[in-house]
Amino acid sequence: MTSSAGAPSVAPELAPDGDASSPPRRRRSSAWFLLLPGALWLVAFFLTPMVQLVATSLYDPSGSEETGYAMTWAWGNYVDALDFYLEPFVRGFAYSAIATALCLVIGYPLAYAIAFKAGRWKNLMLVLVIAPFFTSFLVRTLAWKLILSDNGFVVGIAKTLGLIADDGRLLATGFAVVAGLTYNFLPFMVLPLYVSLEKIDHRLIEAAGDLYSSPAQGFRKVTLPLSMPGVVAGTLLTFIPSAGDFINAQLLGDTTTQMIGNVIESRFEVGDYPAAAALSVTLMVLIVAMVAIYIRRAGTEELL
Amino acid sequence: MIRLGRWVSDHAIMAIGAVVLAYMFVPIVIVVLMSFNRPASRSAYTLDAFTLDNWLHPCEPEGLCSSLVTSMQIGLLATFASTVLGTLMAFALVRHSFRGRAATNVVIFLPMASPEVVMGASLLALFVSVGFGGVLGFWTILVAHIMFCLSFVVVTVRARLQGMDSRLEQAAMDLYATEAQAFWRVTFPLVFPGILSAALLAFALSFDDFIITNFNSGQTTTFPMFVWGAAQRDVPMQINVVGTAMFALAVVAVLSGEMLRRRRERVQ
Repeated sequence: MTSSAGAPSVAPELAPDGDASSPPRRRRSSAWFLLLPGALWLVAFFLTPMVQLVATSLYDPSGSEETGYAMTWAWGNYVDALDFYLEPFVRGFAYSAIATALCLVIGYPLAYAIAFKAGRWKNLMLVLVIAPFFTSFLVRTLAWKLILSDNGFVVGIAKTLGLIADDGRLLATGFAVVAGLTYNFLPFMVLPLYVSLEKIDHRLIEAAGDLYSSPAQGFRKVTLPLSMPGVVAGTLLTFIPSAGDFINAQLLGDTTTQMIGNVIESRFEVGDYPAAAALSVTLMVLIVAMVAIYIRRAGTEELL
Repeated sequence: MIRLGRWVSDHAIMAIGAVVLAYMFVPIVIVVLMSFNRPASRSAYTLDAFTLDNWLHPCEPEGLCSSLVTSMQIGLLATFASTVLGTLMAFALVRHSFRGRAATNVVIFLPMASPEVVMGASLLALFVSVGFGGVLGFWTILVAHIMFCLSFVVVTVRARLQGMDSRLEQAAMDLYATEAQAFWRVTFPLVFPGILSAALLAFALSFDDFIITNFNSGQTTTFPMFVWGAAQRDVPMQINVVGTAMFALAVVAVLSGEMLRRRRERVQ
């Protein structure tokens, strides 16, 4: 990151400041003093638990909380877990992918409007994007339960329009779960999109117009590519939490709409730790792999 | 013709944006309405009749207010601890060069890229394996909340620090300020807005967390856990009072902060 990083013997405050934009570098010992408490916390309560989770996933599945668990390197836990719970896995990823795509489609125009068209309303609109979040996640999701309920107005309108059958319902269907996910994670899409759109130099778009591109072409060839970091960050921030979510599926769905989060939660609840851990590790590995491929594909490694 | 097209596209995109914003407020309207609702029966979660009872007796449902107090305590403690630890880390990352910086950045990034259910499950696996299975409660929740707030604090404060012109500090030192004076008189006031927004973010994350908390809570009940429990039986209208009050408080806080900022800008 800096040129002085590899020269430990020079006390940085004595070194000539060549680059005015780079901050003064201080002694290495004080860096560790600042860093250590927080880093140790993360190692103790994030990394160590992850290692323990992998270990737990390999315990003898016949153990219990009372009798204790034996480490038997039971790789079969993974086979069993995927064998039993492949369906919620696939369903959870499908729901999350649909919700993420919907968030992008809904969120992009809003982020675009705030960044380019809002003028003096910009700050107000940003506050309005965040404001719903101060009402508790669960309370909001329960409100959706009411909105989509069988005698609610949404079902009424859908019936009038013939979108669902007369005895059809929205609650306890995949539709309701996806709707809940889309709603709950929308701001995670809008904010990064806004940030990257906001950074775009307007003169580039004007230049495209001067060079006879239509507004649509200008958008496709200039604005959209320049906003890709926001698209990548937004889709990740939406997809990752929704892939692990079980609140929406539990409150708005039924037993046929269970996502992988529901299974992990219920396996832990009944004390089936090895299976729950194997499922968690699989989810984590899949997500990390997808994120890595996706970031590579989108050419936005610098996000990390 | 082109002008007309431009006018339409300008206003069309704003109109779509406004519709999306309106959509984001639909459940909020429901929450506010429900906070004034007298349901037909205890188990009916439907709009029925107007009442002020819920607002006058917010603590009536058993356990609601004690869960709120627990959430407040955990939220404040987790905010304080994660803000202090995270701010120190941000300073180390921006202002110092040291070996292992890249690894540190990865460790900070990972919790934000992990599904909550995995983090909650892994912490539970750890607590159980070291024999803490029986003492899950307030303190294990607090440990978990500090953990997941920390990364967000580091990222927020780091962004502020990176955007700061370090020549201001150098100027202060050139004018014979000691290192401590330069820090407290120049650096800290400039970074403070970043620390403040990090703290607000940490509190919001901690107060609203359900998934990680649910794994590590034992018998302790936070407000989101109370709502979850209630949702399995019948939902008291008072949770909407809490939702509405939190929403109103947050909006007032944000708006007054914005007004303060504008006034200060006008003075300068």
